[in-house]
Amino acid sequence: MAATEKPPVTGAGPFNGLLTWVDQRFPLIQLWREHLAEYYAPKNFNFWYYFGSLAILVLVIQIATGIFLTMHYKPDAAQAFASVEYIMREVPGGWLIRYMHSTGASAFFIVVYLHMFRGMLYGSYRQPRELIWIFGMMIYLCLMAEAFFGYLLPWGQMSSWGAQVIVNLFDAIPLIGPDLALWIRGDYVVSDATLNRFFSFHVIAIPLVLLGLVAAHIMALHEVGSNNPDGIEIKKQKDPQTGHPLDGIPFHPYYTVKDIMGAVFFLIVFCVIMFFMPEFGGYFLEYNNFIPADPLKTPTHIAPVWYFTPYYSILRATTETFMWVLAAGVIGYSALIIRSVEARAVKFTVAAIAAVLLVGFFTLEPKVWGVVLMGVAVLVFGLLPWIDCSPVKSIRYRGPLFKGALAVFVLVFFVLGYFGTQPVTTMGTLMSQIGTLIYFAFFLFMPWYTRMDRTKPEPSRVTWEGVH
Amino acid sequence: MADKELDSGKRRFLIAATSVAGGVAAGATAVPFVASMLPSERAKAAGAPVEADITNLAPGELMRLEWRGKPVWIVRRTKEMLESVRKNDTNVADPESQRNPDYTPPYARNEYRSIKPEYLVVVGICTHLGCSPVDKFKAEAEPFDANWKGGFYCPCHGSLFDLAGRVYKNKPAPDNLPVPPHTYLSDSTIRIGEDQKGA
Repeated sequence: MAATEKPPVTGAGPFNGLLTWVDQRFPLIQLWREHLAEYYAPKNFNFWYYFGSLAILVLVIQIATGIFLTMHYKPDAAQAFASVEYIMREVPGGWLIRYMHSTGASAFFIVVYLHMFRGMLYGSYRQPRELIWIFGMMIYLCLMAEAFFGYLLPWGQMSSWGAQVIVNLFDAIPLIGPDLALWIRGDYVVSDATLNRFFSFHVIAIPLVLLGLVAAHIMALHEVGSNNPDGIEIKKQKDPQTGHPLDGIPFHPYYTVKDIMGAVFFLIVFCVIMFFMPEFGGYFLEYNNFIPADPLKTPTHIAPVWYFTPYYSILRATTETFMWVLAAGVIGYSALIIRSVEARAVKFTVAAIAAVLLVGFFTLEPKVWGVVLMGVAVLVFGLLPWIDCSPVKSIRYRGPLFKGALAVFVLVFFVLGYFGTQPVTTMGTLMSQIGTLIYFAFFLFMPWYTRMDRTKPEPSRVTWEGVH
Repeated sequence: MADKELDSGKRRFLIAATSVAGGVAAGATAVPFVASMLPSERAKAAGAPVEADITNLAPGELMRLEWRGKPVWIVRRTKEMLESVRKNDTNVADPESQRNPDYTPPYARNEYRSIKPEYLVVVGICTHLGCSPVDKFKAEAEPFDANWKGGFYCPCHGSLFDLAGRVYKNKPAPDNLPVPPHTYLSDSTIRIGEDQKGA
């Protein structure tokens, strides 16, 4: 019997007996060891490695505050706006809980974008961590859905018209589009029915999926082990006596302590924003959303919250003239692939896809392609593990081509984000179009420039300054 | 029992048959859930016609009313405004409203997109992604168009419509603003949601 084979728990003082009782009926100590006390993480983690644990912290903040907001919020078009004001003015502490939740939403995206950028810096998505990256991308998609559904709930002008625009994106899909949009809305316009179902998605459906994905993300990570700023596998150099990686240290206590310090700094910044600038100049809480939703009048300037604006710019960049540029791009790119590959079948497939796209570009409306480009812009991150063909993982050993490309990509992401917050101008559209082309070029040409790049040799052990 | 050979073909068949039967049942169970998200009977019934009294609508003015939860605009166009529509045929993508017949009933499929040239009746929802455009009736230089002749500007993605609700070329919106089914009950009353008789 397992109960007698397991050694009793020691080191927990007066709780030894209780924990032994639990451990003999549940893999308590095994979980503790595998995920904390004997999870060996590389010893050279730096600043960029805070954001994974911070994302968990923000998730906890969002769930905890969300539970309490749900106690007072009314998912009814006639009462929603007023119930949020009620939370803000009359529920004791309600304003603070709501600001925690609204600041938390933006903080979540800041933390997740930095976490993703870390992956791109150090090649954390590369083999054998492809699945961690894919789970991460799914988390990112869930997060976007969660933010979008949640944004309708205050039932302000931006809530209502933002939802109207995004649901109408589905309307662009040929054949099934209009019925699909109707099905999502549950009405002919964004209305009470829409609000009620978005509430359901926001408070239960998406969070459940999100929690499952977070668990899968961490389980996959602990299966293969963490990457590190040098992008080398610490499991290759193990201590012959203990079998532990020479460059690994137990997650607990070393990284629990480090992450707690990161959490303290994060919470200081979080509190400063939450207490002193919760609207963050109209970026975290848009001013137009303090006006109740009016189905007859669109605000004069409508923009999504900052975390969606790069993609929103790509959507707006897709005009009729831009289709010609896209067509030229497809022809050029397919020619490049056909020249570079040997296999006949691949050549034919690429040519066929290009032909279908070209026909589609000029038969379907540009708005359909705007939606497609926006979707692809989000999903294309998922291809990184396969399109990055560099012999090294980390930016430390990459050559100038990748470093330059990544720098330009980050710049373009900000430029697109900026123009996504601005009203439409000729200049803004042109900049967004150039930005869109560069954005996609970063991914599309990656298999070539990562191969051509002048990389440096990777070390066999992690580089680490400190007490050895 | 124990000495009987395992018939793996039979076992595979039974597993497949059970899975298919279970899958069909699960799929059928999804039907009510999917259907529950369609517009309810109440939402469908809310689409009754509405009437507008245009007695007090001054030339060059716009009035808004709600029909099926959407804004409907009635614009009383001045001579200059009609003139600008006539001159605008080359700037708009679909001057004759041919592209999407559903958006323009036959009795409004003309240059002014109206029954009476003076009154324009359109649904004020951009055909791009459903924002409600803003009226910019004054012909003056605008940030979005230096030669602006007056019309509607969509703040969301910059689509432009002229004073007949016709979309400008090379803008995100693919179609002209839809003209709802409407009919004149008298010279001063328009009923929206019902087609003109004899058209």
